[in-house]
Amino acid sequence: MKYVVFINLGPGARGWQALPEAKQAEVQAAWGELNQTPGLTPGAGLQPPETATTLRMEHGDTLITDGPYVETKEALDGYFILEAADLDAAIEVAKKVPALQTGGAVEIRPVMDWGGGS
Amino acid sequence: MLATLIGLLGDFELAEEAAQQAFAVAAERWPADGVPANPRAWLITTARRRALDRLRRERTFQAKAAELQRELSAAANGRDPHEAPTMFEDDDPDFRDERLELIFTCCHPALAPEAQVALTLRTLGGLTTPEIAAAFLVAEPTMAQRLVRAKRKIRDAAIPFRVPGEAQLPDRLAAVLAVVYLIFNAGYSAPPERGSLTGEAIRLGAALAELIPDEAEVFGLLALMMLHDSRRAARLRDGDLVPLAEQDRSLWDHAAIARGRTALDRALALHGHGRYVLQAAIASLHLERDRDWPQIAALYTRLAVIDRSPVVALNRAVAVGEADGPAAGLALLDRIELPGYRYLHSARAELLRRLGRPAEAREEYRRAAALSDDAAERRLFERRLEKI
Repeated sequence: MKYVVFINLGPGARGWQALPEAKQAEVQAAWGELNQTPGLTPGAGLQPPETATTLRMEHGDTLITDGPYVETKEALDGYFILEAADLDAAIEVAKKVPALQTGGAVEIRPVMDWGGGS
Repeated sequence: MLATLIGLLGDFELAEEAAQQAFAVAAERWPADGVPANPRAWLITTARRRALDRLRRERTFQAKAAELQRELSAAANGRDPHEAPTMFEDDDPDFRDERLELIFTCCHPALAPEAQVALTLRTLGGLTTPEIAAAFLVAEPTMAQRLVRAKRKIRDAAIPFRVPGEAQLPDRLAAVLAVVYLIFNAGYSAPPERGSLTGEAIRLGAALAELIPDEAEVFGLLALMMLHDSRRAARLRDGDLVPLAEQDRSLWDHAAIARGRTALDRALALHGHGRYVLQAAIASLHLERDRDWPQIAALYTRLAVIDRSPVVALNRAVAVGEADGPAAGLALLDRIELPGYRYLHSARAELLRRLGRPAEAREEYRRAAALSDDAAERRLFERRLEKI
């Protein structure tokens, strides 16, 4: 069963640069370990939401705006892909995401099955 | 039977459809051919074959179909798996009672709480969708949608059909008990015309006790529900609420009380000290003519450590008021923040009355009555107000 796990760092937890080096090393170590999980395909850590650009169609024209397409505080900060036996197995892996310790949130979304078997 | 099918197929809707088809075939064939030696096994086998046929027709589930095919072949002991079951099927596969897996699946935290309640009542309680809708004062299409969405979430997110492992069990069991208790409370405050959710909850609690006989809180919850329900006939007189102390005890269901106390004994023998065991012990003590208020107060003090809700604090204050005098009780009530909660005002009113402060007592009863949305309850507060 394939899932994408989305990570939101939570308010005030962005700003990798602002973190003391020791903290940065801790988080990197935690991710290093998590990325060893069987079935886990590392995704990416994203630059902060201010760096985003959003496209929409308005009156037949492409509208380009600054920022993410959701509220800044709800914007995505990272993701990875997870192959797990079932939701409970996915939850056990997602519990280890470091962002949860600092007020972040993790979303587990099953990937659409377009047919022809999984 | 439905539980077993859901376990085999991992899909609520598929299982329900297959079960219906199996019953339809049985209704056609059994009157002519006679009822099979093992009707349940016959129905399950037939349902599985129907489900298999449907899965084959849907290419998306090729992998699942292959797995079921293997299982069916194994069960048929080398016979042609496409052969229709004969009347006297003599292989009797041991279909485990999978109600426990079903309860934990229905109460999975990934489902919305109201979906957990609806799904539990639908699949384990056997209530129809219209019955559940009526019980919770929700429109029938809304309830139907709620159930459909929950079943699809189970399938699409792959919520497993499994009893949780040891590490997850305490939290997951707590969730199941919370759902059962919610169902009980929904029934307790509803008029009898809205069906017997309390009966459903007690039945679910009894099934849990049978399936998980070594968990104290399961017996605690069962005891709590049975003891509360035992007094149902005495709670109302001519549409008026009758306080516990004034109830006609001959209207109490003493057999239910005995059953409740047996469940409580079992919980205590299992060294239970959780929220349901404590509440059941309190409920049992309340049934005595001469209530042991110091014991009740002590139990509430322990409960308040686990359950920090202001309602528990309120009940504790009332018990302390009985055990140690109204001044002690009022001191505790003064510390409780429960704006708009009528029972805080009625509790204050009673203690103020005993302390010889009638004007303040009357004011508190007035506020309690104003905050009540139940006519019987309002009349109770007003009667007490008049007696001061």
